[in-house]
Amino acid sequence: MWQQATNRRRKHVLEWLTEKVILVTALISILSILLIFYFVGRKAVPILTNEVIQQTANLAEFFRPNGTTPDGHTTFIWQPISERPKYSFIPLLLGTLKATIVAMLVSVPLALLAALYTTEYAPRQVREYIKPAIELLAGVPSVVLGFFALVVMATWLQKLFQFEMRLNAVVSGCALGLAIIPVVYTVAEDALSAVPRALREASFALGASRAQTLLRVILPAALPGIFAGIVLGFGRAVGETMIVVMASGNAAITSWNPADSIRTMSATVAAELAEVVYGSAHYHTLFAIGALLFIITFVINSIGDWVIGRLNTRLQGAKR
Amino acid sequence: MSETKIRSAHLNFYYGASQALHDINLEIPAREVTAFIGPSGCGKSTFLRTLNRMNDTILGTRVEGVIEIDRENIYAANTDVVALRQKVGMVFQKSNPFPKSIYENIAYGLRVNSLTKSKAEMDERVEMALRDAAIWEEVKDRLHSSALGLSGGQQQRLCIARALAIRPEVLLMDEPASALDPLATQKIEELILKLRGEYTIVIVTHNMQQATRVSAYTAFFLLGRLIEFAPTKRIFHEPDDQRTKDYVSGKFG
Repeated sequence: MWQQATNRRRKHVLEWLTEKVILVTALISILSILLIFYFVGRKAVPILTNEVIQQTANLAEFFRPNGTTPDGHTTFIWQPISERPKYSFIPLLLGTLKATIVAMLVSVPLALLAALYTTEYAPRQVREYIKPAIELLAGVPSVVLGFFALVVMATWLQKLFQFEMRLNAVVSGCALGLAIIPVVYTVAEDALSAVPRALREASFALGASRAQTLLRVILPAALPGIFAGIVLGFGRAVGETMIVVMASGNAAITSWNPADSIRTMSATVAAELAEVVYGSAHYHTLFAIGALLFIITFVINSIGDWVIGRLNTRLQGAKR
Repeated sequence: MSETKIRSAHLNFYYGASQALHDINLEIPAREVTAFIGPSGCGKSTFLRTLNRMNDTILGTRVEGVIEIDRENIYAANTDVVALRQKVGMVFQKSNPFPKSIYENIAYGLRVNSLTKSKAEMDERVEMALRDAAIWEEVKDRLHSSALGLSGGQQQRLCIARALAIRPEVLLMDEPASALDPLATQKIEELILKLRGEYTIVIVTHNMQQATRVSAYTAFFLLGRLIEFAPTKRIFHEPDDQRTKDYVSGKFG
């Protein structure tokens, strides 16, 4: 009797302890995210509040034309180290956008087709090699991918497209694409293989061919997951740094031409933060770039979540 | 016995190295309800799934012997499996509506087989299928809401409607009511009785009362072999084989 009671108490303590340990670990991860948010935000805030800093770096300066081209057009310039520093975000935003678009154009079709192939068509032995091989790509350090892009891909692509500048948005976008393929692939593959076998059988039993089943049943059912993979890949592409530092040319040029060199937001922060004067306008501007990156990925992820939620309700048919 | 719709001759079936069906010889009559009974794992579902070559979709399976539908061997090399499945519809144990609207669930089979020419014809065929499956009155006001919002029994009747929409000649049902409550089960059984005479229906069931209620003929399977095939009354009242007698009287299950 007494023995039983202690056993019960011991069990109870163990329960309590397990719960608290899990709670604390969860809180620590949430707290670190909040702290990052707080410190980046705090360092960016003088842009909005400090009058001395605002004389050279302010929101208007970031987004308004701040220079002229030799032929007299107004333009946007990022030139933080000069007599009169120029802090336009536009060339950096454009650079990030161009590299990300190229990366998505390269990686999404490849990753999705690879996922379709492995779940639907590949014989089991082949699938068992392809899946880990692609996932291994996720483990390649981005500095290695950047090196590969800088030394090998840049040469190939220059030969292929006759680029004037060897390092440009296409080269860095393609390299970014390599980094994103495993992200999109893994999530999309999971979504496709999670489509219940019963749905495939229902489709086959109605006289549908394999391609019809794939296009009309499996893809729509897996769409939320596939979309989640794309959003995740996009977030990774926007924030990825090492590859673009190495393979983009790092020239802040305001143009839509993908064959021009680019300088991305992430690469700018990485390259300049180590050498900037502490507390200067430039210093706080770099934190503002970081905060903007944070906001962009946050917004994209939120929109993604919202779309995924809508797709899910449509598929799972919440009674409306 | 009326004319034969499906004939199985010396059928053996293998999952990899293990043999699941041994020398099945059976003639299923046209436009009647035939029930397959037997304990779990006896091969009745496996046999059912050989009749529309559904087992083809499982890796490592192999078939020997002949299955003829309307005197044509469906395992012949030149068989058009898509056409076969159009002719031999199937309803599964667990209802499996597509995550689409009620309307699109029914329209799916018509679309993939290009069976209708116009929107009006499609509407008509969808309504007809839903009426045939006795679910029209319950869903007519929400054809375009998701099929997953229906109850389990309604989902199963929707699946039957979906199978009927492409006008098959044979309807295979794999324990269609095993996951349903008694009332929903009763509705499915009424539906089977209504469809009898128009379709050749083969139903796998582990519910012996159900077999007596809906079927004209019953096949008893045990350990991958067909033990006895006869009119249902006979199987349940004066079977030839002692094992059949033991099973239907509940001595083992």
